[in-house]
Amino acid sequence: MSAAAMIRRGIVYLLLSIAAFVSIFPFYWMVVGATNKSADVVTGKATIGGELFANLATLFATIDVPRIFYNSAVIAVLGTVLTLAVSSLAGYGFEMFRSRFRERLFALMLLFLSIPFAAVMVPLFVMMSSAHIVNSFAAVILPGISSIFIIFYFRQATKAFPSELRDAARVDGLKEWQIFLFVYLPVMRSTYAAATIIVFMGNWNNYLWPLIVLNTAENKTTTLIISALTSAYVPDYGMILVGTVLATLPTLIIFFLLQRQFVEGLLGSVK
Amino acid sequence: MAQAKLARSEQINGWAFIAPAMVLLGIFLIYPIIWSLWMSFQVGKGMNFSFGGFANIVRLTKDPVFLRALGNTCIFFVVQVPIMIVLALLFAAALNDASLRFRGFYRTAIFLPCVTSLIAYSTLFKSMFAQDGVVNKAMLFLHMTATPIPWLQDPFWAKVLIILAITWRWTGYNMVFYLAALQNIDRSIYEAARIDGVPAWARFTQITIPLLKPVILFTTIISTIGTLQLFDEVNNITVGGPSDSTLTLSLYIYNLTFRFMPSFGYSATVSWSIVVIVAILSFLQFLIARDRKPAA
Repeated sequence: MSAAAMIRRGIVYLLLSIAAFVSIFPFYWMVVGATNKSADVVTGKATIGGELFANLATLFATIDVPRIFYNSAVIAVLGTVLTLAVSSLAGYGFEMFRSRFRERLFALMLLFLSIPFAAVMVPLFVMMSSAHIVNSFAAVILPGISSIFIIFYFRQATKAFPSELRDAARVDGLKEWQIFLFVYLPVMRSTYAAATIIVFMGNWNNYLWPLIVLNTAENKTTTLIISALTSAYVPDYGMILVGTVLATLPTLIIFFLLQRQFVEGLLGSVK
Repeated sequence: MAQAKLARSEQINGWAFIAPAMVLLGIFLIYPIIWSLWMSFQVGKGMNFSFGGFANIVRLTKDPVFLRALGNTCIFFVVQVPIMIVLALLFAAALNDASLRFRGFYRTAIFLPCVTSLIAYSTLFKSMFAQDGVVNKAMLFLHMTATPIPWLQDPFWAKVLIILAITWRWTGYNMVFYLAALQNIDRSIYEAARIDGVPAWARFTQITIPLLKPVILFTTIISTIGTLQLFDEVNNITVGGPSDSTLTLSLYIYNLTFRFMPSFGYSATVSWSIVVIVAILSFLQFLIARDRKPAA
């Protein structure tokens, strides 16, 4: 390698390392902060302290931790399963059974991809209140189940699904829904894994819509309750950071469990 | 006969597979959109409203808070989206080099921010960027600034902080899309270019970017929509302040509907302004991407 190439290589490593440091530092900061007193967090103490259990105790005394995690888990898991089911069926349907009319419908649907949520949130709220389901998990989950983005993603990924598999299954006499369930689904594992990460993250972190539609403390999600703690006049950062560590764990775990399939799944969708 | 039967079964299956999604979209997207379009021509407070014609649109052009929110949103979009897309592209191009060591580590590290929970990251940014927080301390220590920067108190720095926060969170997300797309590009193209003596930067601008154009377009549109809908970050980090300097359109709609005396009609008009902007921008981005095609 020439000297110039080595220098260039060095610069690439340096920049990537800075990026990696900037990306990871807040996580380090969060974990360290969770072990420190609020006053130390605010003034930038960057070493592990001995307050972890005290902070945990304050957190559990201040908010109903099991309850809000239960709420978030139910919403995120149900929301993810239903979104994947409904949207992958549609993505598969659009790709596998083509007709001129459905192609037009698909193109029209993509136009709606750019409709911001803000444009529909007020009517949605009024709809939920006239259906008397404000403050329920159903009200949180229902609007997101049919996701244009995920339908589009599955249609793109389905293009890579080998048509010989489908033909073979037809020859064997499988019905279309059986082909979807027993052939397509297992083959597209990594596509589903990538979609799971994206949808689960979106559901777990969803903020604006739950903020509007959930209005009693016992139904609110982790995101809502912990973010409310930060707007206190004198926020207890030690306690809040313990809460944020807990709130980040589910998405982190899902990500690390599915990371390999995630990259493969994305690969399939942009081919 | 068999042919016709097959065609019919194709039709039935085609509709059956997409029916649940289409019905749900009809109820939870199409119907509310039409409703909100109708609402945007209504005036009045709470549930008492009457037809107001273009009154709301006239009000829009005279509403200083709306114009402020519109301006802020545009600044966020114009500054943040290009920075993020360029960074994501550069990282992806660097990480696509098979001879690079620790690729897996770098990729995971840079992607990690978008896995954090929203509250975690807004709380972290709020505390790290406090007046005497860790960022100011580090900058003072490195002599990058003489006095602590009032990140949360100054209208200009508050905007910078929001831009930093969004960029931190979403760059890795966009990068992964580019990385995935890059894997599909035949490596021999790069080898041939290298042998022909094409420098690294030219390989990036002449090969990587043109080949990634569809993905770049896709991520740019998604990021544009995301930035124009900005709500979570501003509501959690700066609450739109100081003095409305980080107020966004989505936050203003939320305030109009759920914080102030509800005026559904006017907030619907404001939300339709976002629809119009997104439509124009997506169309422009699409045109730009299409125009350059013959050259590439």
